Amino acid sequence: MSTSTFEALELRGVGRTFGGHEALKGLDLTVRRGEFIALLGPSGCGKSTALNCIAGLLPLTHGEIVAGDRRVDTLPPEKRGFGMVFQSYALFPHLTVERNVAFGLQMQGVPRHEQKQRVKDAIAMVKLEEHATKLPGQLSGGQQQRVAIARAIVLEPSLVLMDEPLSNLDAKLRLDMRAEIRRLHQSLGLTTIYVTHDQEEALSMADRLVVLRDGRTQQIGTPAELYDHPANWHVADFMGYRNLLDGTVTQIAGDTATVNLGSFELHGHVAGPLAASARVRVAIRPDDVVVTASAADAIDGNAIKATPSVVEYHGREFSVTALTDDGLRLNVKAATAPVQGEPATFTVRAERALVFPEELA
Amino acid sequence: MATTVAAPRRRKQNLVPGDKAIVASPSAWFVWFGMAAFLILLIGILSTVVVDSFGRQWFANWLPQEWTASWYGQGWERFDLGHVITVTVLVAVVVVVVSVLIGTPAAYLLARKNFPGKKAINLLFLLPVIIPPITFGIPLATLMYSWGLGRTVLAVILVNLVPSVPFVILTMTPFIEQINPAIESAAKMCGASILKVFTKVLAPLLVPGILAAAILVLVRTVGMFELTFLVSGPQSDTLVVSIYRAMTSAGGSEARQLVSAMAVLYTGTMLVILIAALRFVNPTQLVARVRDNPDD
Amino acid sequence: MTAVTMTRAGAERSSASLKHRLAERGIDSSLLLLLPALLFSLVLFVYPFAYGLGLSFQPSGAIQQEFGGGFFANYVAFFKDPFIFDSVWLTLRLALPTALINVVGAVPVALVLRRKFRGKRLLSSILVLPITLGTVLTAQGLLIFAGRQGWLNRALMGIGLIDQPIQFVNNYLGVMLSLIISGFPFAFLLVSSYLSGIDPSLDAAGRTLGAGWWNRFRRITLPLLAPGLATTFILTFVLAFSVFPSARLVGNPNGSTRVLALMAYRSFGEQNDYTMASTIAVMMGACELVFIALVLAWRSSFYKGSTGGKG
Ligand SMILES: Nc1ncnc2c1ncn2[C@@H]1O[C@H](COP(=O)(O)OP(=O)(O)O)[C@@H](O)[C@H]1O
Ligand SMILES: [Mg+2]
Repeated sequence: MSTSTFEALELRGVGRTFGGHEALKGLDLTVRRGEFIALLGPSGCGKSTALNCIAGLLPLTHGEIVAGDRRVDTLPPEKRGFGMVFQSYALFPHLTVERNVAFGLQMQGVPRHEQKQRVKDAIAMVKLEEHATKLPGQLSGGQQQRVAIARAIVLEPSLVLMDEPLSNLDAKLRLDMRAEIRRLHQSLGLTTIYVTHDQEEALSMADRLVVLRDGRTQQIGTPAELYDHPANWHVADFMGYRNLLDGTVTQIAGDTATVNLGSFELHGHVAGPLAASARVRVAIRPDDVVVTASAADAIDGNAIKATPSVVEYHGREFSVTALTDDGLRLNVKAATAPVQGEPATFTVRAERALVFPEELA
Repeated sequence: MATTVAAPRRRKQNLVPGDKAIVASPSAWFVWFGMAAFLILLIGILSTVVVDSFGRQWFANWLPQEWTASWYGQGWERFDLGHVITVTVLVAVVVVVVSVLIGTPAAYLLARKNFPGKKAINLLFLLPVIIPPITFGIPLATLMYSWGLGRTVLAVILVNLVPSVPFVILTMTPFIEQINPAIESAAKMCGASILKVFTKVLAPLLVPGILAAAILVLVRTVGMFELTFLVSGPQSDTLVVSIYRAMTSAGGSEARQLVSAMAVLYTGTMLVILIAALRFVNPTQLVARVRDNPDD
Repeated sequence: MTAVTMTRAGAERSSASLKHRLAERGIDSSLLLLLPALLFSLVLFVYPFAYGLGLSFQPSGAIQQEFGGGFFANYVAFFKDPFIFDSVWLTLRLALPTALINVVGAVPVALVLRRKFRGKRLLSSILVLPITLGTVLTAQGLLIFAGRQGWLNRALMGIGLIDQPIQFVNNYLGVMLSLIISGFPFAFLLVSSYLSGIDPSLDAAGRTLGAGWWNRFRRITLPLLAPGLATTFILTFVLAFSVFPSARLVGNPNGSTRVLALMAYRSFGEQNDYTMASTIAVMMGACELVFIALVLAWRSSFYKGSTGGKG
């Protein structure tokens, strides 16, 4: 049946409401063939809704989906020719691994001998040869998820959808599986849409990311774009800018804004439409903050006096929480441990302190 | 009985130091005494009927003076038990099959979907299980007679379906709820049509639930007195109704031993069904919708 | 400005077809699965019930003459004729204590049998045995076993507890015994399943806080069990309230066990007064539902959340 591939899958203003609640609104996205797209956002932001809409498991309430020149949002899921991997694995508990993988081929009426060969190949692809005749209940979580992946890719789908496939696995297995999924994506030339709430996972796997919040698209871009130039402080927050400091703009000079944060001032990079004396939020990543010997050494005139209160050892580096005199909390990554309780000076490059308007458009 | 004695001994080993032994307390003895009384009554009832059905004459002694198996043969002929049992089995099987066929799709929908008016529909399906059979049985029987179905096997089947379909729905819903809906989504994503999802994925997973529901409906239908009694006649009596009629027949009831023999037949049938049932379902499931601990 | 946004919102709305908007509210073709059961229920439950209700407002001439009240003559008769109305009390007098005994008796038994021990499954299986007996064999057995010449009276006289045979059957006590035999196992199994839904670590937590078994039962187990007990009470009450064959066979059907079901059947089967039979049947259901509603109202005051187990 429809193994028809497409050059681009286009989502145009895709939206879904649940009895007045807008779970997903106005999603515009073009997925090119061979791309690995990650949908990223906190839980409840509408990622699964988006994926289920694409899959056809949820009818859209707004917009349309076009694959190549074919409109697909009116087709039932079984006619779209997409594959899907679920967070809960969703293996058929009464069928062996082989028969789970063969299920889709049977549904398509693929001849028996061909079925056999393709099932064998798919199982080999996920390295489960010796478990082929077991039931899902006899496998570990990681193995079950690999069966689920084999079941999805054996149909050579034009698009593979994955809904947080790794979130039920333990940390180490998650890392291995990340690499494995990326390897399968590349070696089979798949087109993948991958849902996750883990920014690290998304950054390391995807070609492009879509950040969602409250059902709305916040930003679409490559990992580097998102990491270095988040579109607003929500995205910044999600991308690991753990210091979000509230203040008011005192001066704007070109790309640089001066922000009053109460007891001190900071020079930062203008990252959104700002007006003088506007309320702003300054976003800084912990690794961009540096300890200096004295205020005179501060980069770009950004000197923050604070007292380290918690120092955690994280393997190669230390994670430090420091408090300023008026109680602002500063998260810092440091190579050497500062002395707890002894005031120190911290600094950050102006271009790495992003100044966002407090209110979003 | 041996188990009730063995139990307290085992329990003692589990006691945490400092915890008062419930077993030794008067209240626990009271519980065991109550249990024992109940079991004595139960076993007494069962064994007297069995003894009676094999006794020729039994009045003022501990046991009958003479033993005989002839009551069974007599009862068989006198009440045309071959026919009665055929009717009973026929009614039970048809009711089970039809109520499972009608009830399962409804249970599936109620377990999976929210829609306007769902609460009202749940109530509608709960009512026949909750309100007395006589309450809806009498109007229903009146209608059956006015439709010309009075005293037919069809009427017996129809009235027995009324509580059975809701019962299947109530029993199956929790079984369906515990099947991950993503499994159905996965089947659809593999290209399975709705029909294939039902036949290839859901049906095999629902077998335990269907078995449980079927056995429960079977037991209830064979034992259902009120509804059957209201519409059945000589050609459509089930075994319970037949025994009841024998016990209350006008102009002096039948010989006691004859009734006992029929009652033993009835219990024997039910016992066979129940033993078969207990292989598939936990005793708790016979009445409750909650699944019991697997390690119990 | 406002006008523009409004038309835009309107345009967006219309892009969702009616089908989608209905689907969003849960209305789609899958509702057809409900159709057979719904049709069935309408034809064999709702319609007959409505028909019965209608019948009950078409009293026979004799009843109208005797009690007056026009359409409501049957209902007037129901309340005015002591022979009928007393059976409401007779039924409740039987059903309420029986349901209470079954539930209150089931709790300690379920608690004692809560822990694992050898033969637990056998014991629970024995407790299901009464289901196989059925009302009719139970009645026959009670008549023989607990009759004047039965083993029970013989044994009691033998050990000298009594010197006259006790009248166990053909009275109130006989029906009650038969209802306990069929209702107690039911109550026990239900209570055990509710009990197994309560996380045992709650009891352990109570223990670490220094609560004795009575306090643990009263302050932890009982409050969590209470809604389940209310449900159990309702279900055993329903069984006892609709008692019919045993009231006739081991009771005193013209006296202390002249229950509503018997009265309704008499009108139906013996007097062929279908309208009065329907009236009694309807009132019987109404009485029962009123009681259930009372228990439910009382139950709604309990804690209703999770009990921490796998319930
Ligand atoms: N079937 C549903 N009915 C009503 N609301 C829903 C339904 N599914 C999801 N939602 C709501 O839509 C929002 C997005 O849910 P979801 O897409 O599952 O989030 P995510 O996958 O990002 O965690 C949530 O607020 C959720 O409550
Ligand atoms: Mg999700």
